[in-house]
Amino acid sequence: MSKSIKLRKGLDIRLVGEAKTVKSELPAPKMVSVKPSDFHNMTPKMVVKEGETVKAGGILFHNKYEESVKFASPISGTVKAIVRGEKRRIMEVLVESDGQQTYEAASASDVSNMSSEQVKETMLASGLWPFINQRPIDVVADPNKEPKAIFISAFSSAPLAPDYNFLLEGKGDQFQAGLDALAKLTSGKVHLTLDSKGSSNDIFKNAKGVQINNISSKHPGGNVGTQIHHIDPINKGEFVWTVNAQDVAIIGRYFLTGKYDTSKVIALTGSEIKEPQYFEAIAGANVSDLLADKIASDNVRVISGNVLTGDKIEQDGYLGFYHNEVTVIPEGDHLKFVATKGWMSPGLDKFSNSRTFPTWILPKSKKFRLDTNTNGEERAFVVTGELEKVFPFDILPMQLVKAAITDDIDGMENLGIYEVAPEDFALCEYVCTSKIDIQDKIRQGLDLIASECM
Amino acid sequence: MKFLEKIVHKHEPKFAKGGKLEKWNPIFESFTTLAFTPAITTSKGSHIRDGVDLKRTMMMVILALVPCLLFGIYNTGHWELVAQEGNRAIPYLDQFWSKVGAGAFVVLPLVVVSYASGLIVEFIFGVIKGHALHEGFLVSGMLIPLVMPADVPLWMVAVATVFAVVIGKEIFGGTGMNIVNVALTARAFLFFAYPTKMSGDFVWMAGDEVDGFTGSTALGDLATFTSDKMMVAGTEVVEGTSEAAVTMFQNTYSIMDSFMGMVPGSVGETSVIACLIGAALLLFTGVGSLRIMLSFAIGGLAGGFLMNAIGSNPYMDLPAMHHLLIGGFAFGAVFMATDPVTAAQTATGKIIYGFFGGLIAIFIRVLNPAYPEGVMLSILFMNVMAPIIDHYVIQANVKRRLKRLKTA
Repeated sequence: MSKSIKLRKGLDIRLVGEAKTVKSELPAPKMVSVKPSDFHNMTPKMVVKEGETVKAGGILFHNKYEESVKFASPISGTVKAIVRGEKRRIMEVLVESDGQQTYEAASASDVSNMSSEQVKETMLASGLWPFINQRPIDVVADPNKEPKAIFISAFSSAPLAPDYNFLLEGKGDQFQAGLDALAKLTSGKVHLTLDSKGSSNDIFKNAKGVQINNISSKHPGGNVGTQIHHIDPINKGEFVWTVNAQDVAIIGRYFLTGKYDTSKVIALTGSEIKEPQYFEAIAGANVSDLLADKIASDNVRVISGNVLTGDKIEQDGYLGFYHNEVTVIPEGDHLKFVATKGWMSPGLDKFSNSRTFPTWILPKSKKFRLDTNTNGEERAFVVTGELEKVFPFDILPMQLVKAAITDDIDGMENLGIYEVAPEDFALCEYVCTSKIDIQDKIRQGLDLIASECM
Repeated sequence: MKFLEKIVHKHEPKFAKGGKLEKWNPIFESFTTLAFTPAITTSKGSHIRDGVDLKRTMMMVILALVPCLLFGIYNTGHWELVAQEGNRAIPYLDQFWSKVGAGAFVVLPLVVVSYASGLIVEFIFGVIKGHALHEGFLVSGMLIPLVMPADVPLWMVAVATVFAVVIGKEIFGGTGMNIVNVALTARAFLFFAYPTKMSGDFVWMAGDEVDGFTGSTALGDLATFTSDKMMVAGTEVVEGTSEAAVTMFQNTYSIMDSFMGMVPGSVGETSVIACLIGAALLLFTGVGSLRIMLSFAIGGLAGGFLMNAIGSNPYMDLPAMHHLLIGGFAFGAVFMATDPVTAAQTATGKIIYGFFGGLIAIFIRVLNPAYPEGVMLSILFMNVMAPIIDHYVIQANVKRRLKRLKTA
């Protein structure tokens, strides 16, 4: 019952700085950070104290309100600091490497002989659980709920996204083991969705025990949200889990070796990177080694993740838990004269989905160096119909955003809030003429739904 | 432009929070953003944003209005000369530059007054509410003079503009929040507040008219078709039959003249071809909605055919096609009905909204000759109805999604 989907809506933003498929090693990180803020709405309860030693896979904290969900250290060493913010909220837990990388003792386990409960317990106890996200609400999955399906996207369509074929090269066994483990967690199907425009390697094509779907679309076709909507949409009361493809391999690796080993391949991309390429890294690793001598200009923004949904980090910040790339683009914190760079300019340097700028006439091979300037000030919604062009859902995007802004719970439920995550609206936010922070509004709407209706 | 940037940076602290002139920051900001895209960077969500903003969008609408404005200036000049000499037979292209001069002398003050009075109000509200000028009025300020009769006194334009901006827009919260189209509010205000100045035969041509000359418009003439004394351009239709009246009307206001816009009327609305050039730009850039424009025209045709079918008076016998070319129909369809804030906002809603806008325009025109300019009233009416149309379109989407739950 494999499904083939073709979508016309969407937008591929053409940016300078795609990573070459070359992989380099980096020195093992001296410091890693596990940030509770990577897991939305999760309140951590510390298990370790500052100065304690932990092994890789040792539990650092768990969810205060769901103690079975545990969060582990990716490296062995000492807990250097528990950084707190306002109201003593825990912002991040820093672990300093001991240079050895010793793992918590556990043995390999054969997934095929395990029951669904055993798989779940193993994943919860080992700290693998946070790799699983749930829809609705887009948070770490609630282990007490039964998902009707699990979705994995075999590609990312975001601008400058890493090539998943390259990320998983040589990790076919791990990926398959991860799929087998996930299949135990649902009575429904595990969906793996491939990009039918590009090529997929054999790891994806020959994956077993899953339903393989194909999607042909511009961005956001690679987002699981789009795929869920067109393959098996979520209705009120249903749950779907999603896992990032590279994280599936990390889960599989644990079952094959018994080690909580979060090493992964990340792309270093963006117009301000001298030679964009791929690197070996660990979830939560400090990026200062990664970025050393590679940034081409002074005033830049470093983003963990892609330009549409990633998090802003400092040049000595840390890679996010779910992220497969670090992107560096120019900051746009300067005035732009209207006639040359602003709203009266010819705008050859602007990438616009609207035809008020000549992007449409420029050759498709032209790539753009976009900065972080909003290119205008925030206004009330004026222009209609533009969000719909980049939102391939049977959902009215502007009306849903308005319902979210006005805290209209009924309206949000009716208009499809259960199906969406903020990342699905990233393109809407990009094209919005009125410069409204749409992802943030959707997130607030989801939080309201989570507190009132779940 | 470094020197301008320096000036901005030099004076910025005074207007910043805690500065001496903090209160006037909205005005400072409005002017600096006219010269520079501000240095605001993304803080949440997507780190990059599309180049387009509301200023760019509004600039496209103003560019689209330029053909109407230029043609309006010439046409006003032409009819002023006609009125002065009392002779409708003056060839249209004679004395080209003196007509341009005379037209500009009438039209440009209208534009200046409209912008000046509107912007003053906008700035007052900006300072009170602490936000910079929002771009909506840049378009309204151009639309208002274009829907005015050429001979309207300037003080009336100022009063109407102030009324429209305050009552039509600012009390609802400013650009993007208004319920009815601002420019049409200004026109409707004058129409109902000063009916003697805004209808009849004497306002459509600027300047002093010679005795006995009637400066009536096509719509004004048509309105007489429902009465006993049918008039076309000041001459009574002698035979009194329907065919004679329509023929005489079509001889005076030929399809070609109406299409080109060589007829008397409001400043910018007479030329269908100028409207179409504007429409092409709006559609191409995606700023205007094709759904609304097309369904508006179809609605107008439907109304015209319906009237033809009934045919109980000579006005009803006017060919449907001709309806689309006279009065402000084309201008309304292209520039007024498509205002994204006051139109329907869903794709299906836009089609319904446009169709009924066109249909009702013809109904008002033909069935109620007291209001010859039916397009204005019908668009205002549909502005009010648009949220209801959207509501039902949204409910249809909700129902479709609920059905999915049941079948699943």
